[in-house]
Amino acid sequence: MFIVYILLAALLLLFFWVIAKYNSLVTLKNQVTNGWKQIDVQLKRRHDLIPNLVNTVRGQMQFEQETLEKVIQARNAAASAKGVADAAAKEDMLTGALSKLFALVENYPTLKSNENVLQLQEELTSTENKISFARQFYNDIATKFNIAQEVFPANIIASMFNFKTVELFEIKSEAERQVPNVDLSLKK
Amino acid sequence: MPTQLTTRNIYEQQSHNKRLTWLVMFGFVLFLGFLGFGFDYYYLGLFEDDFYFPLGTIVAVIFGSGMALSSYFNGAKSVLAATGAVPADPANPADRTLINVVDEMTIASGLPRPQVYIVTDEDPNAFATGRDPQHSYVVVTQGLLDALNREELQGVIAHEMSHIRNYDIRLMTVVAAFVGSIVLLSDTARRSMRFGGGTGRRRSKGGGGILIILWIVAIVLAPLIAQMMAMLVSRKREYLADASGAELTRNPLGLASALRKLESAAAPTTSIKRGAAHLCIVDPLGRNINSKEGFTAELFGTHPPIEKRVLALNAMAYQYQRTPTSA
Repeated sequence: MFIVYILLAALLLLFFWVIAKYNSLVTLKNQVTNGWKQIDVQLKRRHDLIPNLVNTVRGQMQFEQETLEKVIQARNAAASAKGVADAAAKEDMLTGALSKLFALVENYPTLKSNENVLQLQEELTSTENKISFARQFYNDIATKFNIAQEVFPANIIASMFNFKTVELFEIKSEAERQVPNVDLSLKK
Repeated sequence: MPTQLTTRNIYEQQSHNKRLTWLVMFGFVLFLGFLGFGFDYYYLGLFEDDFYFPLGTIVAVIFGSGMALSSYFNGAKSVLAATGAVPADPANPADRTLINVVDEMTIASGLPRPQVYIVTDEDPNAFATGRDPQHSYVVVTQGLLDALNREELQGVIAHEMSHIRNYDIRLMTVVAAFVGSIVLLSDTARRSMRFGGGTGRRRSKGGGGILIILWIVAIVLAPLIAQMMAMLVSRKREYLADASGAELTRNPLGLASALRKLESAAAPTTSIKRGAAHLCIVDPLGRNINSKEGFTAELFGTHPPIEKRVLALNAMAYQYQRTPTSA
């Protein structure tokens, strides 16, 4: 009889442990979703700002139509990206196209001092930074989530309830990796 | 990863600061009670002629508790008012950049967004105040906005956000309120001792001499002790905020270069008074002692030497380069 009690107690303990682990995994999963939403909000903001910028500079930059086209194309590709890895790659390209555009703006004194352009530049710079900080936050929490489901014995519960590891929002190019903050503003 | 070194201690640091804040408030009420008690004993003649009602003590404790509570709830507002800070204006380009940078650091830290204020002072400086992250304020001077580039500004704001996250702001704001009021109170007490003597019931017998001496010593030394306390709480916390701020931006060199610029512009920040000096990122009074090391500097300086802070940040940058993060 005594043995039965012990077994029952052990079973109960196990049961509570499973509940606790399951709940902590759910919490982490929600944090990851929330982290991704934060990135998403900033990405959308960037996609909204870019057409404004292109329209503002278009009149002055007659000879740079190709660059402007590239920015718009990159923007449209990024806006229709599916999934974390895809979005990361396409946003990366958009960042490249944008910095090329801003380098060109340097050659146009009227644009460089245009209040509208300056304002858009500030907003884009800030959005860019927000994306990178939201990414930092997301990657930290996503890594935590992935580790939580991969370690033993939590991995049993993770696979039992069908938790999946999530992709990190990673930057491929070496140059980006080394300079986390992009400063698109003209003044140095 | 170097990040884990400090993140593990955040919760400890927070509860440590909360506990210390209560302790400081309790100590303040106790000190006021002692002042009142001395008044009872010396002027009203407590314990003499069957007089057992400690009127002064009771009034002082009630008054002290009221002040402690008000410093907790309104301390930030009075600091803002004392420095003449005004809310940042989103329509102004420079202010807009500041607001954006604060937003960026808000995202990086995962904290609620603090309110952004500006002091129209030409000397570059910055501080944070408030009672918790939900009620927090980041204040920078106009001079800081003019002097720093975006990356450096980010470093400074990240430093202030760490003060907010660690609840340093609660402790330092309460201490700021107390330093101010203790200086005022002990001045008043000293003056009344000198001039208001003749009127009271003044103790006639010789007994209790030690108590009176103690009382006078407390009144005379209180401002000094309060000042030292402010320095003590601020010194260690600056290093920690530097480190965890650099963790947010992942760019220790930004803050390092900002600190160097702040140091070279070491004119006194006139709009920030002595009582709030320990809140600031660099010493607003431009006191020489903060660039020194050793025992006296350890005791009387509010801020660690900038040279040492820059060195620590450079070491962090070196570490980051060797272990690239995943982000």
